[in-house]
Amino acid sequence: MLDILVSGLLLSGTYALVAMGLNLQYGVARIMNLANGEVLVLGALAAFWLYTTRELNPYITVIAAALAAFAGNWLIYRFLLTPLVRRAKTQGALEVDSILATFGMSFIIMGVMFSIEGGYFAYKYLSEPISIIGSTTSVNRVIAFLAAVGIGGGLYLWLNHTRTGVAMRAVSVSTEASGLVGINVPRMSALAFALGGAVAAAGGALISTFITLDASIGVVFTLKALIIVIMGGVGDIRGAIVAAVILGVVETAVATLIDPGLTLAAAYLIFVLILLFRPQGLFGRRTT
Amino acid sequence: MSPTGTPILRVRGVTKRFGGLVAVNDMSFDVGNHEMVGVIGPNGSGKTTMMNMISGVFRPSAGRITMRGRRLSGMPAQNIARVGVGRTFQLVRLLPGLTVLENVMAGAVFGHSRRWGGDAVDIAHDMLDRVGLDAMADAPVSALTYIDQKRVELARALAGEPEVLLLDEWLAGLNPTELETGIDLIHALRDEGRTVILVEHVMDAIRALCDRCVVMSSGAKIAEGTPDEVLSDREVIRAYLGDDDA
Amino acid sequence: MRPSGYLELLIVAVLVVLAALFPLVGSNLHIGVGLDMMMFAALAISWALFSGPTHYISLATAAFYGLGGLIVAMGMADYELPFWLMIAVAALAGGVLAALIGLATLRLTGVYFVIFTLGLAEMIRNLVSWIQNNFLGSHGFLIFSDFRDQHYYWMLLAVVAVVYLLGWVINRSRLGFALRIIGNDETVARHVGINTAMAKVILFTTTGFFAALVGAIVAPRWSYIEANQVFSPHISFLVVIMALLGGTTRLWAPIVGVVPFLLIWNWINGNLPNQSTLFIGVAFLLIVYVLPHGVVGRLEQLRSKIREGRS
Repeated sequence: MLDILVSGLLLSGTYALVAMGLNLQYGVARIMNLANGEVLVLGALAAFWLYTTRELNPYITVIAAALAAFAGNWLIYRFLLTPLVRRAKTQGALEVDSILATFGMSFIIMGVMFSIEGGYFAYKYLSEPISIIGSTTSVNRVIAFLAAVGIGGGLYLWLNHTRTGVAMRAVSVSTEASGLVGINVPRMSALAFALGGAVAAAGGALISTFITLDASIGVVFTLKALIIVIMGGVGDIRGAIVAAVILGVVETAVATLIDPGLTLAAAYLIFVLILLFRPQGLFGRRTT
Repeated sequence: MSPTGTPILRVRGVTKRFGGLVAVNDMSFDVGNHEMVGVIGPNGSGKTTMMNMISGVFRPSAGRITMRGRRLSGMPAQNIARVGVGRTFQLVRLLPGLTVLENVMAGAVFGHSRRWGGDAVDIAHDMLDRVGLDAMADAPVSALTYIDQKRVELARALAGEPEVLLLDEWLAGLNPTELETGIDLIHALRDEGRTVILVEHVMDAIRALCDRCVVMSSGAKIAEGTPDEVLSDREVIRAYLGDDDA
Repeated sequence: MRPSGYLELLIVAVLVVLAALFPLVGSNLHIGVGLDMMMFAALAISWALFSGPTHYISLATAAFYGLGGLIVAMGMADYELPFWLMIAVAALAGGVLAALIGLATLRLTGVYFVIFTLGLAEMIRNLVSWIQNNFLGSHGFLIFSDFRDQHYYWMLLAVVAVVYLLGWVINRSRLGFALRIIGNDETVARHVGINTAMAKVILFTTTGFFAALVGAIVAPRWSYIEANQVFSPHISFLVVIMALLGGTTRLWAPIVGVVPFLLIWNWINGNLPNQSTLFIGVAFLLIVYVLPHGVVGRLEQLRSKIREGRS
């Protein structure tokens, strides 16, 4: 029981981080990025590849992957998504376009990853056991959790206590009003999108030390991140953290108590319950 | 002052809260058959929220709205439309992918009268004619000027043959010539004996059109009566101009 | 409403008859390709019936298709029930599943729906595998059937014809008009008196019904069926791409996407099998950036431009 709680909590750290990134992309840039999971897997692939071929410490890759993903996502937003934002007549039209476009990107990234590594990204790094409040887990899981908390916490502080961060939150509330008070909305959107990508890639590199991924697994992470965002409420960071913990613990519980093959089904069940009973998110108010 | 004749629509103790904000507070008023009632008040006084509750966008937090004894509050918007409440929107909402005629047919096919086929086409043409736009029937809506778009929206609402028509700032944004045309058009509706609730800022229109006015301020009713009565009411003047000027 | 409607139906009827004669002259290889085309035509047209006017991107095709296949396989292999009974059961099950999904998700915005349908096939596959592993002890079903490729071809052609006819009827009905209004502005739709949730659920149920029916019909062709095969998510994406590539403005428009895409897809799988994922990605981007209204939509734009130029 305690084991489930501890490993569930540790897993949820990374989930929360990735969901936070997706939240920025959807909440601020208004793009539902379905390639988010592939960016995560790309981070994992980088860590795996650099470790096995260059023996590079995966935690260095975390930083490098975040920077590279930031630049890459900035470019994607600037050159591929901005034209869609411009041509969209309604929010609904943008939604459909961005869903299809990011699907396309997810398949392209997936295809590229297949040609780099067709098999599993399996390697061992800091997998020594460690005991935490009476439950045994591995060092890499703990480090990933701490790093996720660090990055997420930093992002939270940045969003709440810096000029740019507050401007970004303003855009998430209303693009029009933010534009009127002199906030550069396109720039903020691009920044949010790039940050979201950076966070996903960092999360992927962290996860790769203890979960074996492959090129096609991205969609599962996209789904989980989306479920967390919706459960927590769009734009609600506190909600996303609680949702991530719930998902992490429930998944671990189902995997250990029933069957590891049913984790997705469990995540789905949560999703359906949320859709039916609290579509506005755990803490959200019902708006019309 | 109560409405002339039997009331068709009754609003009783209606309140709407958004979180801690009370947008509409304990509103009660009646609308008589064939009556044109204006809902006026300063910006942010809750007029549009009141309209949105009658047409089913929002559910009242408390109170009830009934039409001919039938409870509207709590019904979804589509059922309210079928029972016989038609509306236009503060910011015109046309269906861009449909022609002018099809836009109006939407009202005829699914609204209160639920016509279909040739019947629906006929009534749509009649209503377009009624608002003076039948020549544009086959045009795409993108070809229309602003006032023509408003006309199409009005025709769409009329095509459902509603028993009560809600016009939410239908005259807003028109230039002086258009305004005159617009007021004449609504005046003609009044002469037909239609029951209309209109939210307006244009005081000339209120004076020219309304039998009665309900004045709202900060979500509550502060006066009710003929346009002349309420517009000379001290509290109404204070609501519009502030305490110092009264 | 359009007087040309019956003419359209007549042309389609003639084409269906011609298509039905094809297996009598075509080689086995050609019949195999034709069969795939019929299958995707049925899936893409029924997909577009719902997603075309409403703009909800459904990725649930694989779930319905797989469910249909699995039900037929289970019924025929484990209970020796007749094929015809099982395809009816499968199609109904697809419809019921679609109605349930629709009721849960279609009241909400499009994003929720996409996300939900995205993982649906995967989740059903997980559930089925789990049930098979823990309770049934077997992983797949062996099906024996006397059908040959031309039989599947004819059955699928019949489905295409029925879907088309149904679409034709819907487009001329109140329901079809309601869907067009919903696709334009859902708020207006509600305020003119349309029960938007109901209209969407009915159409989505139709889509689920036909996708399950198609999956059920082709099930015996596999001979050995496993959950992992029939729930392959690829089919959902292929259907979306083909339908959008052709366009959704006309009932027949998806076919314009099905035929060329399938030929290229087969070629890529034969010659560059490792690049198929990349190709799907490129196809999506092509649709968004070059052909947002599909080939047919683009042609219609050109035609109206030429007309404007003349007048």
